Amino acid sequence: MRTEDFEFLAKTLKERSGLMLTPDKVYLLESRLTPLARKSGLDTLEALVQKLRVHGDQGLIRDVTEAMTTNESFFFRDNTPFDLFKGKVLPAMEKARGTRKRLRIWCAAASTGQEPYSLAILLRESWFKWRDWNIEIIGTDISTQVLEKAKAGTYSQFEVQRGLPIQLLIKYFAQEGDVWRLNDDIRKMVTFRSFNLLDNFFSLGTFDVIYCRNVLIYFDQATKTLVLERMAKCLAKDGTLFLGAAETVLGITDVFRPVRGQRGMYVGSDGDAEKIMGLNQ
Amino acid sequence: MKLCLVVDDSKVIRKVARRILEELSFEIEEAVDGQDALEACERNMPDVVLLDWNMPVMDGLEFLKSVRARADFTQPVVVFCTTENDMAHIRTAIEAGADEYIMKPFDREIIEAKFVQVGLI
Repeated sequence: MRTEDFEFLAKTLKERSGLMLTPDKVYLLESRLTPLARKSGLDTLEALVQKLRVHGDQGLIRDVTEAMTTNESFFFRDNTPFDLFKGKVLPAMEKARGTRKRLRIWCAAASTGQEPYSLAILLRESWFKWRDWNIEIIGTDISTQVLEKAKAGTYSQFEVQRGLPIQLLIKYFAQEGDVWRLNDDIRKMVTFRSFNLLDNFFSLGTFDVIYCRNVLIYFDQATKTLVLERMAKCLAKDGTLFLGAAETVLGITDVFRPVRGQRGMYVGSDGDAEKIMGLNQ
Repeated sequence: MKLCLVVDDSKVIRKVARRILEELSFEIEEAVDGQDALEACERNMPDVVLLDWNMPVMDGLEFLKSVRARADFTQPVVVFCTTENDMAHIRTAIEAGADEYIMKPFDREIIEAKFVQVGLI
């Protein structure tokens, strides 16, 4: 790939999605965009870049962005963020929101839906506590393609075996030929919408819990800071943020602080979430 | 080191499972059918059994029922690992006392995830 083509694509992706593409990722561009070029009736990657440059085709730019974002996801990924949700966050929220009975959860990089659906399943497992609550789980992603799959709630045999205990498969899925479909009860608990983390967050409202895992790693420092500071503004004072195992707020922003001894869990620096959850500060 | 008994009539499957589980620090014993597995349990009770369903002599379900009926056994964790991939089979296995269920084909990731779920890793 020509250097100027790489630079053009890297710049476009950075502007559109915050995605940072270093020169060692040329192979990724080639392997993911060549099929897209062919699908668009173009012979080569060069031709694709040319079309983007000359026409600034918005649809094509969106397709390129979608092809380059990583969408790997599985149920109960890394376990800990879900154990903490069940063991710490929910008991705290049950008390703190006991009067209003309203809970809003945001999965900011929902991909094909496994993360918000895992949270919905956990709520369903203690439904007697939550049945008269107004609970919103919102899953957003920049890629409309993955959101289509998320909304459908259908997963392959391989996908339902990565992280999902068999008892939960029996309880919450139905088999339809080669795929496994989540029951409507669970699917209805999650709303999916397309959202770019570079856009402003005002339309989203305020959340009690935010999951933003394995997406900041693709951003540069300034973008990480921007996104985290906007998240702090739309998180309740006693709210909780979960980041991926390889991510941190340290050295990026001081609007959040890590909860000691609880990997991947963060609270607002001026908030009182730890006290409510009975965690040591 | 935990002991895993791999029960499958296919030599290839036993070999693949052995390689994955050895990497996950399990000691491995092999059995070729349910009867063979039952005898292995009597000699040396494993911590976990990775169990195929369809096998000659004694199938996996029959083996599982025999094990669960034995009051003198220290009960092992049993993880089915079979090409039977419909809900009816899965329910039958769980009702008979299986702890987890893997639908073939499997890979390292699936085995690892399932073994984490039953608390072996």
